[in-house]
Amino acid sequence: MTQVNNNIVIEGINGPVVTVKNCDILHMQEMVYVGNEKLIGEVIGIRPDLTIIQVYEVTTGLKIGEPVIPTGHPMAATLGPGILTNIYDGIERPLKIFEDTSGAFIQRGLNIGALDEEKLWDVTIKVKVGDYVKGGDIYATCPETTLIEHRCLVAPYQSGEVIEVKPDGKYKVNDVVVVIKNIRGEREELTLCQVWPIRDPRPFTERKPIDTPLVTGQRIVDALFPIAKGGASAIPGPFGSGKTVMQHQLAKWCDADIIVYIGCGERGNEMTQVLQEFAELIDPKSGRPLMDRTVLIANTSNMPVSAREASIYTGITLAEYYRDMGYHVAIMADSTSRWAEALRELSGRLEEMPAEEGFPAYLPSRLSQFYERSGYTIGLNGREGSVSIIGAVSPAGGDFSEPVTQNTKRFIRCFWALDKDLAYARHYPAINWLNSYSEYIVDLEKWYTEHVGPKFNQFRKETSVILQEENNLMEIVKLIGSDVLPDDQKLILEIARLIRVGFLQQNSFHEVDTYVPLEKQSKMLEVILHLYKRGKEIVSKGVPMSVVRKCPVFDKIVNIKYDVSNSDFSIIDQYIKDIDVYADNIIEEYNN
Amino acid sequence: MNLEYLGLNSVNGPLIVVDGIEGASFDEMVDIYMEGGKKRIGRVVELQGNRAVVQVFEGTTGLSLANTRTRFAGKPMELAVSQEMLGRVFDGAGRPKDGLGPIRADEYRNVNGMPINPVSRVYPKNFIQTGISTIDGLTSLIRGQKLPIFSGSGMCHDQLAVQIVQQANISGDEADNFCIVFAAMGVKNDVADYFKRSFEESGVLERVVMFLNLSNDPIIERIITPRCALTAAEYLAYTHNMHVLVVMTDMTSYAEACREFSSSKGEIPGRKGFPGYMYSDLAELYERAGCINTSSGSVTQIPILTMPNDDITHPIPDLTGYITEGQITLDRELEQLGIYPPVAVLPSLSRLMKDGIGKGYTREDHQAVANQLFACYAKVQDARSLASVIGEEELTDIDKLYLKFGKEFEGRFVTQGREENRSIEQTLELGWDLLGMFPKEELDRMDPKMVEKYYRKTSFE
Repeated sequence: MTQVNNNIVIEGINGPVVTVKNCDILHMQEMVYVGNEKLIGEVIGIRPDLTIIQVYEVTTGLKIGEPVIPTGHPMAATLGPGILTNIYDGIERPLKIFEDTSGAFIQRGLNIGALDEEKLWDVTIKVKVGDYVKGGDIYATCPETTLIEHRCLVAPYQSGEVIEVKPDGKYKVNDVVVVIKNIRGEREELTLCQVWPIRDPRPFTERKPIDTPLVTGQRIVDALFPIAKGGASAIPGPFGSGKTVMQHQLAKWCDADIIVYIGCGERGNEMTQVLQEFAELIDPKSGRPLMDRTVLIANTSNMPVSAREASIYTGITLAEYYRDMGYHVAIMADSTSRWAEALRELSGRLEEMPAEEGFPAYLPSRLSQFYERSGYTIGLNGREGSVSIIGAVSPAGGDFSEPVTQNTKRFIRCFWALDKDLAYARHYPAINWLNSYSEYIVDLEKWYTEHVGPKFNQFRKETSVILQEENNLMEIVKLIGSDVLPDDQKLILEIARLIRVGFLQQNSFHEVDTYVPLEKQSKMLEVILHLYKRGKEIVSKGVPMSVVRKCPVFDKIVNIKYDVSNSDFSIIDQYIKDIDVYADNIIEEYNN
Repeated sequence: MNLEYLGLNSVNGPLIVVDGIEGASFDEMVDIYMEGGKKRIGRVVELQGNRAVVQVFEGTTGLSLANTRTRFAGKPMELAVSQEMLGRVFDGAGRPKDGLGPIRADEYRNVNGMPINPVSRVYPKNFIQTGISTIDGLTSLIRGQKLPIFSGSGMCHDQLAVQIVQQANISGDEADNFCIVFAAMGVKNDVADYFKRSFEESGVLERVVMFLNLSNDPIIERIITPRCALTAAEYLAYTHNMHVLVVMTDMTSYAEACREFSSSKGEIPGRKGFPGYMYSDLAELYERAGCINTSSGSVTQIPILTMPNDDITHPIPDLTGYITEGQITLDRELEQLGIYPPVAVLPSLSRLMKDGIGKGYTREDHQAVANQLFACYAKVQDARSLASVIGEEELTDIDKLYLKFGKEFEGRFVTQGREENRSIEQTLELGWDLLGMFPKEELDRMDPKMVEKYYRKTSFE
């Protein structure tokens, strides 16, 4: 065997793609070390006389004839305590450790383990000798951060009888804590960590129907286009429309237990911002820094393109691992278009036949494989968990008809279309309420009725109708101006303006407005719709709109988002009463 | 190892293919000797067995298959760097062209650079006052930012860039520590002269490093011009703790050079014939802006690009916009109205603005004023389009007010003199003057507390 290994040498180099001649021992998707510097690579194609390897690092200086060393296993992520609060590159190498070894610039050929191998964890053993364990069972736990208990799971497809256990105590990730005897009578040692190939979805028992929303505290999302736990959604938008701020907001405030934030081919400064902000921000529920529930994967746009391709898979593998422990995980992938471009770039280097706009023909299948790894599942150990995917899409030229947006739309059920015009008018979040949709609304109606209030679903429908009517009326207004409209239509325009400015617009940099609980959202809609109802009543009596507009509550509603705290809504109830008093007075006046 | 090879296999556009190579490494430099001893330089772009594909920077005109000799240097393209570079002029490949001889190298650096570890970055927060209201007030420039100017052919982006350089330079207590790296890619000789003259007039020439690949210089050389410039910038910023402002013009010519190279290499094209890796390639340049935690210096980039046909969705502005932290967009209509600088306010944006302004940086009301001005100006556009249909007379009073605001905004806030240097306070006060035209209720994008504190009724009769 060793003799053959020595013969694997580089035959051709083209950017990140390296070829090897006449080699039949490499496996498809096997991880290899390339060249004297041992750059990490992966086998991506095997032809009769040629094996193709993509290298995850810059290939400058690589020479023909340098060796390629097989590892015998596929590209895999190391899973164990220490993942949270960390920041990794696209193939799970810890960037903080890189900084210590190579300074502010990333050198090549640094092969450093993903987890801190020296750190001692406070481990509690959950099994005893004689127990039978199978894939997914929890054999040990340790507090990974103040927020999250790490549960060490028997690897899927592994099972057997426990024959040795260590006492509770402090252990490193590679210490053996439990030994099992498998069905063939072989000893298998379980440490605190395991490896899992990043391109394989981790197995689970079954999918559960989707019925719980991922509450985000962002009004337009929660109230109009909700995403479910275990759902998949896309945020497409041209540059400058606020995709990244939106992703940050969701990562900060959504009620998932764990956040996996993948910066895939985006700006370096943005990742720095996430790192700094999340360390400073305090989770309102637990009082701990948000970083304690977050793992970052940063493969910025200037880092190697093949590692960018892998970053999405690394991220989702980490997410699935925590899902299997019984947590709700949300993945922010910013941006899937950069990942698709990495596919295109590599495909071009392989001289594959391109499909639309140079993207490879397998783009849709890769996208669907990724988005289908979301879901609300019952794990092998019977615990419920979920992976929700929120993928940003950066369509070229802001044109939603390009292949990545179009194909993504087929595999997601929630679509938040960001709009350039809204962003220009600094209406944030710039989600266009006419182009966006959520197919989860029906699945989630029951939950909203039970947890927010029986009327909430009704509010949502009425709000959508008003916004739609406004859009129709605007067509007319554009032609002839708003002065000539009948009063009831003017009322719709006024109310729609309130909804847009007072409700849909949300200031993510304002202390109170950045996160709004569902109860307040419901109240805000209630007061606006109540004003609409009474306004309609008044107008139908022949009272001109200008009189209705004088109702002092109009201007107050716009500022509810700043004036009313997130816990005490008595002011809103007062507004509702004020509306009634005003309306009753006018009606009485006109009746006389 | 430094073997010399005689003869080429083929010549194709800017590429030559050399056979029988041993021990060549990817991306290394190649010296090419023509008949008669003239030397050119190239770079290995593909290796296949003992065949190497080499990109020739100066072009392949005059090369013959039989009598061309090649020598492989064994190392990637490196630039000699030292503080002596300040005040010097180099060609597009980093060779001195001012006749003052080579510089004494402090060290040699790979021009491709290395990616900055995101962990080692320092989030840019240091507001740079440019003295231009539209930029300071609405799209603030931050030290360590990459903020391109999207322009069109024939517009005054050069003047604007010069004004930014001059005024950003004067203010601040670290003025001594400030330098400019100027990279010209495919610009005309007189444009390069204009920049040089302007630097001279403002007395900063000895603080400028110029890399000039002019429009009559070899096209493929353009691909390494920005890399040389940024290598010099990184050296000055991170080794000597200087604040470096890199002005790169014109990125469209750079991208077109990449396209030419890619197509002669036979690569599968992406949009409009640009290579599929255009995004990664541009990112490699733009991402070299920033601040790092091991140095107090910074690299700030102002790339200038001309949008072909003024189309912002063209691949180059589009890809640039996705990488850079905002953009300053110039508008031809404003230019034709005689407004200088013709900054189109609505499509302009600075992503780093929100963290570098406000209390402690500029003034607490900065963000509020900016948001409100944006929102009001957006409504001006609606009012204008309505007026063009039904006539100004038919508009409601509030719409008429917006029309008036639009006029005053463009006339007083956007317009300023080429030498006029407004402080941020002046800019914000001007903003309040304009917002004072509206009744308080119209100011719906700001915290009512701000309105209470700063609002004053004004009118421009």
